Amino acid sequence: MKRRGIAFKLILFIMTGITLIFSLIFGYNYLYSRRILLKNVEDNARNLALATTNRIETILRSMEVATTNLSTFLQQSAYDDKQRLLGLIRSFVECNPEIYGSTIAFEPYAYDQNSLYFSPYFYKSEGETKFTYIGGEGYHYFYWTWYQLPKELNRPVWNEPYYDEGAGNIIMSTFSVPLYKIFSGEKEFLGVLTADISLEWLQEIVSSIKIFESGYGFLISRNGTVVTHPFKDLIMHETIFSVAEAREDAHLREIGREMIRGESGFVPFTSIVTEHKCWMAYCPVPSTGWSLAVIYPQDELMADVVNMNRTIFLLFLVGLFLLLGVIVFNARSITKPLRMLARATRVISTGNLDAEFPQIKSKDEVGNLSESFVYMQNSLKRYIQDLTETTAAKERIESELKIAREIQMSIIPKIFPPFPDRPEFDIFACIEPAKEVGGDLYDFFFIDDDHICFMIGDVSGKGVPASLFMAVTKTLFKANTGEGIRPDEILVRLNNELSRDNDSCMFVTIFCGILNTKTGEVLYSSAGHNPPLFLCRDKEAEYLGTPGGIAVGALEGLSFKTERLVLHPGECLFMYTDGVTEAANLRDELFSEKKLRDDLSPLRDRPIKDIVSSLMEKIEDFSQGAPQADDITVMILKYFGGA
Amino acid sequence: MRERTRSSVALVGTVILIFFLLIILGGGQSPLKKISFMPQWFPQAEFAGYYVALDKGIYKKYGIDLTIMPGGAERSSVDYVASKKADFGGTWLSTAIQKRAQGLKIVNIAQVIQRSALMFIVKKSSGIETPQDMNGKKVGLWRGDFQLQPQAFFKKYNLKVKVIPQPFSTDYIDLFLMDALDVATAMWYNEYHLIINSGLNPDELNTFFFHDYGLNFPENGIYVLEETYRKDPELCCAFVRATMEGWEYCFEHHEEALDIVIKYMKELYIPASRVHQRWMLERMIDIIQPLDRSVPLGTLLPEDYERVAQTLKESRLIKEVPSYEEFYKKCQR
Repeated sequence: MKRRGIAFKLILFIMTGITLIFSLIFGYNYLYSRRILLKNVEDNARNLALATTNRIETILRSMEVATTNLSTFLQQSAYDDKQRLLGLIRSFVECNPEIYGSTIAFEPYAYDQNSLYFSPYFYKSEGETKFTYIGGEGYHYFYWTWYQLPKELNRPVWNEPYYDEGAGNIIMSTFSVPLYKIFSGEKEFLGVLTADISLEWLQEIVSSIKIFESGYGFLISRNGTVVTHPFKDLIMHETIFSVAEAREDAHLREIGREMIRGESGFVPFTSIVTEHKCWMAYCPVPSTGWSLAVIYPQDELMADVVNMNRTIFLLFLVGLFLLLGVIVFNARSITKPLRMLARATRVISTGNLDAEFPQIKSKDEVGNLSESFVYMQNSLKRYIQDLTETTAAKERIESELKIAREIQMSIIPKIFPPFPDRPEFDIFACIEPAKEVGGDLYDFFFIDDDHICFMIGDVSGKGVPASLFMAVTKTLFKANTGEGIRPDEILVRLNNELSRDNDSCMFVTIFCGILNTKTGEVLYSSAGHNPPLFLCRDKEAEYLGTPGGIAVGALEGLSFKTERLVLHPGECLFMYTDGVTEAANLRDELFSEKKLRDDLSPLRDRPIKDIVSSLMEKIEDFSQGAPQADDITVMILKYFGGA
Repeated sequence: MRERTRSSVALVGTVILIFFLLIILGGGQSPLKKISFMPQWFPQAEFAGYYVALDKGIYKKYGIDLTIMPGGAERSSVDYVASKKADFGGTWLSTAIQKRAQGLKIVNIAQVIQRSALMFIVKKSSGIETPQDMNGKKVGLWRGDFQLQPQAFFKKYNLKVKVIPQPFSTDYIDLFLMDALDVATAMWYNEYHLIINSGLNPDELNTFFFHDYGLNFPENGIYVLEETYRKDPELCCAFVRATMEGWEYCFEHHEEALDIVIKYMKELYIPASRVHQRWMLERMIDIIQPLDRSVPLGTLLPEDYERVAQTLKESRLIKEVPSYEEFYKKCQR
């Protein structure tokens, strides 16, 4: 995966977060403002529709009242006076500017027993009131709807609007009132009083509805016929349902059905004029059953909201870019010193501790980090300086220790065979020093011609003090030997001298003996040292019973015992320090005294040098590479018999 | 010289004479015969075949210079034919049989409509589901020929109804919509669709097609006085063939046919709704095409003739059934 920088992550997370939050707010704001707007529009549209229908209704009602008043008047007076009847109709037409024409159409033979038709008709034409009789072979008026409807429904009724060619192609609607003759309480249908009312005013009212740029109003009759509409082709030619059929718009048909049922509503609608989405409010004209609709174009209505949202969106984009700049700037102020620190650290890590750290002035975490880096650089420098010095000191000490070791080893006899001119016996010793300077020692020397003294010891502790103590012990041991001095006496003297002023409380275990080379007699004594092994022919090796005793050097005034042993020719005495038996392997198992005895037994006839080297190999095999903890020292004395 | 001059003059005269003759003959080869036709009603898709044939020059192709005289409620096309104000007239088969039985010597030269489109419509809300349910109801009937099937229907189901004269103006559907009528008489291709387009849904209506009740009276046919036919049967049949070619053109070109019909409607300031005219044209095509496709367009089938004539006789509207052969002059091969 590609490693992305802090700046990238910051930008990604912050920008994503901000965009998400903004989208939520933006969406909510849009929906909410849209809802408020829509609510206002709905109220506005319903009010407009209602106000307009009220205006229409008022005019229609006045026509109704005028007509029904006339019919009431006619029913209460006699119709017989023909001139008076005609005069009434004439003045009715002349006094009402909206009334284009009026007639009283009588039932067949109802007015005049000799006349099938009687229907005097006054109408306006070219500024004059004209008169004619309607009805005849070409016009059976009592079959027409304007006549049939009030007759069958027994109530005044508005007829569907129609184009009147005679009046100059204006839209008219006829209001028909049934007339009755009250005949001894029985109502007898007599005919119909009509008022043909021009609807030009209606068209003016509706066409004056202008909503934004493309909003409009239209009116349909109770059968859905389009009475007014900005599209003149629709007027009287189409119904809202035929328009719906032409547009294959089932929704419009449903709206139309609600409209002609006299319902009010506010619905989404696709403008017939612009084909744009709109809202439409509609409400009925109660007296006629017509329905008026006002159309609010959605895009124009929403223009403000859309503009506002566009502005908000642009502001957001600008803000987002500014924010981007700020984040980039800030991220840089963090990452630039970090990058510089990283570079400097890499230089330092190559060992150049004097590399220049960038100067960072800021007081924030990066500043702290930078200060810490400078502090670390200085600490490292100091530490390395110290380390260099310490290492130098340590090396000096080590070299000194090495020299000390060499000196220590040099005081131990190392030339074998040491006494090539003495065939009575042979002696071989070996010291395998541990890493540190140890405190093992051995020595052998003639006291007189026939007596050789030998010793092996192990100083407590390690290091330079032990080696010094060992050197002291060796010197003092030798100094305390002499003709006729028994081994126990040597140890007593040595103990007293070592114990005196021994503030360091160091001590040393020692096994020592004196061999009479003529007789093979060995006098020996032990100061807390491991018992040596006695190797004789034809027998397994066995541990020598030692007189015991406590290590010398710790406590003044101790006494020791001397034991006696006679070596026959070919017999050996094997001495060692605890470095042999306590040699450990990786499983922390010790070499052990038993294993030492078992390993030595088969070697007893071999030359003493081979015995030592074989044993050393066995110890090395046993330890399996575990580091040697202590000096390993062995000494073997073989007696060949006196000359 | 003189002779030569005389012969030259004669030659020139002959050339001029031939020239003029050529002009006359070339201009109007066999000159178009002027005839007139009056359908029952104003221009609408019901008569699309005539108007399309006229507009597309099909009549001219058949040597006819046709004038279509608009009909209407107050003008009977049969009367116009009888009084020779029109050469040809469109009317219903039942009307024509009655007129023939009454002694008016008219002949059918084409039965354009094969199936009756006359129907009763009721609102489901009126509760009328069967013919019997119409008993005592207010039934709107057109005057004249339109009453034949309804009256036979009433007789068949023994119904007593209150007949309301139904105006010919299409606004009569207002009577039905306003419940001044319980049952309206309607043409399937016209008023039924007007009612649908006044906001009533088909599922809110119950319909009774007369052809479903054994009263299939094929309607529009072309009629001419027998003497006119005798005088020039070729002309009569040319008119029929041109008309049928006009209809066939309508079958193939609905929208163009509508354009033509609406053009003629607008000339007479007749409200024209294209969707309504489309409905009408499509229904006309349904009822003009014979069910048996081997029957040529415009054929009057003897069984249809018998059914209508017998019903008229049973209704005592005619005394004797005129013979099919006298009544129908087959033009279509």
